[in-house]
Amino acid sequence: MAVTCLDFEESIVELETKIEELREKSRREGVDFSSETKKLHKKVNRLRHDVFKKLTSWQRARLARHPSRPYTLDYIQFMTTDFVELHGDRAFGDCHSIVGGFAKIDGKPVMLIGSQKGRQTKDKIYRNFGMAHPEGYRKALRLMKMAEKFHLPVVTLLDTPGAYPGVGAEERGQSEAIARNLMEMSSIGTPIVSVVIGEGGSGGALALGVGNRVLMLEHSIYSVISPEGCAAILWNSCDKVEEAATALQLTAQDLIRLNVIDEIIKEPLGGAHRAPERAAHILRRVLRRHLAELGEMSSEELISHRRGKIRRMGDIAMA
Amino acid sequence: MSWFTKAKKPLEAIKELRDKKKDIPAGLWRKCDRCKEIVYITELERNFNVCPKCDQHHRLSARRRIELLIDDGTFVEKDAALHSLDPLKFKDSKKYKDRLVSSQKKTGLKDGIITGWGKMNGRPVDIAAMDFDFMGGSMGSVVGEKITRAMERGATNRRPVIVVACSGGARMQEGTLSLMQMAKTSSAAGLLAEKKIPYISVLADPTSGGVTASFAMLGDVIIAEPGALICFAGPRVIAQTIRETLPEGFQRSEFLLEHGFVDMVTHRLEMKASISTLLDYMCHGLDAGAGR
Ligand SMILES: [Zn+2]
Repeated sequence: MAVTCLDFEESIVELETKIEELREKSRREGVDFSSETKKLHKKVNRLRHDVFKKLTSWQRARLARHPSRPYTLDYIQFMTTDFVELHGDRAFGDCHSIVGGFAKIDGKPVMLIGSQKGRQTKDKIYRNFGMAHPEGYRKALRLMKMAEKFHLPVVTLLDTPGAYPGVGAEERGQSEAIARNLMEMSSIGTPIVSVVIGEGGSGGALALGVGNRVLMLEHSIYSVISPEGCAAILWNSCDKVEEAATALQLTAQDLIRLNVIDEIIKEPLGGAHRAPERAAHILRRVLRRHLAELGEMSSEELISHRRGKIRRMGDIAMA
Repeated sequence: MSWFTKAKKPLEAIKELRDKKKDIPAGLWRKCDRCKEIVYITELERNFNVCPKCDQHHRLSARRRIELLIDDGTFVEKDAALHSLDPLKFKDSKKYKDRLVSSQKKTGLKDGIITGWGKMNGRPVDIAAMDFDFMGGSMGSVVGEKITRAMERGATNRRPVIVVACSGGARMQEGTLSLMQMAKTSSAAGLLAEKKIPYISVLADPTSGGVTASFAMLGDVIIAEPGALICFAGPRVIAQTIRETLPEGFQRSEFLLEHGFVDMVTHRLEMKASISTLLDYMCHGLDAGAGR
């Protein structure tokens, strides 16, 4: 994985590189630098703590979009076995920005569906930068219905900048596709656990996000509009992204306070991209717990639980 | 949330024109921004803001929309006092609280929608009508809640539900809570479907963003007013993304009809008769007492 490094990660990565160099030198020259590396280790740990303790909303947004951050297929690789990908919406085509299929988590079968971004340029284009066309949402719904039919729980992973603002996507009714998912997902008689693993971008993310449990990774975001879009509209200025990110309250830490999500999933220190396998391992354990809890509920209970949960969303005064 | 809420509203444009042309007495005339003809305000109002010269469907307030569709003296408004708590304490160039107050003053509403029930050619219906003049008709917690309640009332009382959408999309100032209103209203539409209660969705100019991608696209029958912009992503955003000019009539009512996403395009002045005819068919089961 190519290492891209954000400005606030720089000092950390610099120290890490220095430690690596010292180790290399000690190996090569047979000189013992262990007291120096120990000191540097302490220093880098303290630095990492300091930086990550006081991340701003905008920094979190950038971590959520970090080019090295694990994507759905990485999680599938690291936390599931026997993945069988299924394709197509049976109406128009197959969208590559949403992947889905059967998978096993700890040996237990699930239907796993998630938005997918690309890593290299060619792959990014193939995945349309994670921005789904209507076929993606329709495929997702088809797989969720199939899961219900065969009594499999559904796990959805949300990670998209949003729906694709293109002519074809509009012509083929992305509004209708998203709306239908929201309606149908609310009444699917099987457990649904939704996890924001990176960017929860507006309706395109929500279209996979109507779960009995809605969880967010520690450095993920979930928002009605991107900070850039919000800054452009409300501030009339692209320079105001930091203010917009803060005002939108789009971090996991904001959203648990606003009762939008159920739980924050810890990431390895420095972010999921620093230790993708470890991040997947943590996610797997969390999913196992939620799937076990929801597995105790009947179809009717699951539907009324999910509807009740959605019903309470919002903040209003009566008089 | 769409981009055109920042665009100059037709009314403002007209106001400007009027100020320039001092020979036209303010308040009596309006210049139609489509045909550029001068029309009497009273005539325009009598015509429910449809231009008598060119048939352009100008925006209509929620209050007038109820008058258009519901029998005189039968409307019972519900949840009129619901208002936003500003959950994020949102502030951009202006405080959300102040935006709310100025919209409240402008429209006489607590938020951008009127809901209630009344009779439509004698048939009891639950209705919700959005108001574009209230922060671009955007959907926050209150709008989402009132639509949900209207649908729940329809389900409980076994009355058909009519929702008139007119909105720039989700309300940014309530962040992710606004986004969640899409799920809430869509889930309520699901409840109507399950109870087999007719739901008619009327789309007025504009219907966009999170409103289109939720309850507005879920009607058993979807009716659009002529020439209305109906979209998820607004044309400006799309033009920026693809760097091409958009096809003629793209995202207008007639375009959606052609692509299979609305059942019909209906003139505003025929809307009530049209919905009544539909409900005669759609309430066949309800009237016979099915499912009770
Ligand atoms: Zn005209």
